[in-house]
This record gives sequence, structure tokens and C-alpha cells, in this order.
Amino acid sequence: MTTVSDREHWAKPIRKLRVSDAPPQAINLLNVDGQQIISPLQGFGQMWQKTYRIRMPGLSMTAKQVMDIWKAEFPKFQPSASRFYPPMSGVEPGKVIFIDLDLPPAPGMPNVIPVSSGVMVLYADDEMFTVMTPEGFPVAGWNTFSVHEEDGCLVAQIQSLDRSTDPIYELGTLFLGGARRQEQNWFYVLEHVSARFGIKGQVQMHKELVDPRWQWSEAKNVWKNAVFRTILYRVAAPVRWVRRVFDKRTLERGS
Amino acid sequence: MARANVTVTVRKAGDSVSVLDVKGEVTAFAENALMDAYTQATSDNARVIVLNFNGLEYMNSSGIGLLVTLLIRANRQKQRLLTYGLSEHYRNIFELTRLNEAIGIYSTEAEALAAA
Repeated sequence: MTTVSDREHWAKPIRKLRVSDAPPQAINLLNVDGQQIISPLQGFGQMWQKTYRIRMPGLSMTAKQVMDIWKAEFPKFQPSASRFYPPMSGVEPGKVIFIDLDLPPAPGMPNVIPVSSGVMVLYADDEMFTVMTPEGFPVAGWNTFSVHEEDGCLVAQIQSLDRSTDPIYELGTLFLGGARRQEQNWFYVLEHVSARFGIKGQVQMHKELVDPRWQWSEAKNVWKNAVFRTILYRVAAPVRWVRRVFDKRTLERGS
Repeated sequence: MARANVTVTVRKAGDSVSVLDVKGEVTAFAENALMDAYTQATSDNARVIVLNFNGLEYMNSSGIGLLVTLLIRANRQKQRLLTYGLSEHYRNIFELTRLNEAIGIYSTEAEALAAA
């Protein structure tokens, strides 16, 4: 039995992401438009499920009310090195949230490595939503953001089920502080969601290694690595500028 | 707080095949029911696990996540995971999430058992 509302919660079937309403702040569509979305099954690295939770005692709102605000103000809860650009219409199934990240090359170093990409909203209802990553994104899989009531107390939760997309990302995850950075990111988000409602809470994390294997058959994902493509895109900016000027002058001469 | 609204029963359909009849809602709250049923099927030496979704009423993205973890467990035990009884809508969801690339999808139990 599938009701109409069931269908409305899910993104419509697609083969590749097509972007028509990118926010102007998003740097580029390079790593989103035309890319397939990938589940944890299509990634390379070890598969982890990590659950982050924060209790918000004394908050007299419904889970839906909290989730409405979380969706509406989603970018505000992110740390400064993670800039999220949801579409004007908001967090809705099938829509793309653009992301610009600045990553450090190693723990303790400044965030100087840019990544421009995005995620697709796979599922959204009144109390949760899930985003799924495209090819080239640092992880393959999804994150679910939810609010529920537990023993009379609202709990905000983020659960990730993913693995590094390619061997380069896995190297960064295991040995260059990538996993720690990801965890700190979601701690930050939950602390700021809770603070939004005037509650200073403590985030709890539970992590489980779902699959310890590397999927060498997916090592080819490295060709779509969003970090490399973003860096190349930026390095090539002067070339694109010169070409634009050249094309403009050619047009002017012709007319 | 929402609670599990699902039952999963196990029945043998051959020496090495177990069918898990899923009835109700597959959400995060279905984890215990689904994993307990899987454990029972594995203890019965099943090499092929067939999920019967004829009684599926609802599944959200957490439910899809549960199926991924179930699939990984099965793969690590060198078991195959098959399904039948999915509505067109949920077949589309399996394609969208690319679960169809790893879980065999069939229309009927007879077809699934023939492929087992």
C-alpha cells in the first residue's frame, strides 16, 4: 500500500542530477550537474554508520516545529568552512543543496583545499530529511537529519551511513584527520541547532563499522574526485577569462 | 514517540533458502525486528535470504539504510539477498538509491525462489 504522501516524501527517479536553479553564491555546477547520485554501495572505503544525538530537555515544541526551523535555517548551523546553499524553495525531495567546503591538507593546518559540490535531498517528511551524495563527493552515501521525542524530551539527531568515495579520500579519512573533521562538523551542527532553541546540550556519538573492506572495484571513482576537479577549475580561471575576452573581440570584429 | 509498527516472520523455503515476510512499516524502528529475523534465518543455515515485501505499508530513508546494513551483513556471510512483492513506487526507490544493483528484485515468490 503506497499512498500519495509516501510518494511526495521521496525524490523522483533520476539517472543523473540536473540543476536548473543554482543559487548565485554557489561557486560552480562542475561536480553536481550531470553526475549520478551514489549510495554507500558504490563507494570505496570502509563503511561507517555514525549517529550523533543531542537531547533538548524542557523544549516545549513539537518535533515538526523544530524540524521546520532546522530545514529553513539549515546553512546557519554549519561551521564557516562548510557553506551550504539550499534552493530558494527550501529542503524538498529531489532538490540539490550546493556545498562549498574548505578542507585542511593535514590536521592542524589551515583550510585551504576547496571542494565545490552538492547533495540531493533524497527524502523529506515532517520530522526528518535525508541527503544523498553525487559522484566525486568525499563520501558516498547519505545523511539523515531528524527530530523525535524520547521519554518526553525532544532529540535532534544526525545519522550518516557512508564510505569514502575513492582511495584518495579514504587516505584523508584514515590518516589525515578527515574522519575527525567530519565528526567535529556534525557535533558543531547539533550544538548550534540546540543553541537555536536556547539549550546548551551535550552531543553523544555512536559509531559502527558496518563494512571494514575496501571496494577496489570502485577505486575508479578517483577520476571524478571533486577536490581535484575543483582545484583544476580554479587554476584554469585565467584561461577561461582570456578565452571569454578573445571570443568577445572576435564577435565584435565580425559584427 | 513512534514505535515499531512492523512484524518480520521467517519461514524456510528450501534447504538453504529463508523467506522473511515483512508486514508493516520499515523505518528506523524496524531494526530489531529485521535483524532478529535475519539472525534466525542465518542460524537456520540460509545461504539465500528472500525479503517478501507484499505486506510493506511504508518505508522511509532510514528503512533503506537498514536494508543496506542488512545487505552488507549478508554479503559478509556470503549470503545472497533477494526481494519480491515491491510496489512500483518502491522499485523506483530501489533504483534511485541504487540498491537494485546489489539486491535481486523479482515480482513473485516463485520467481525469486527460481533465482535462489
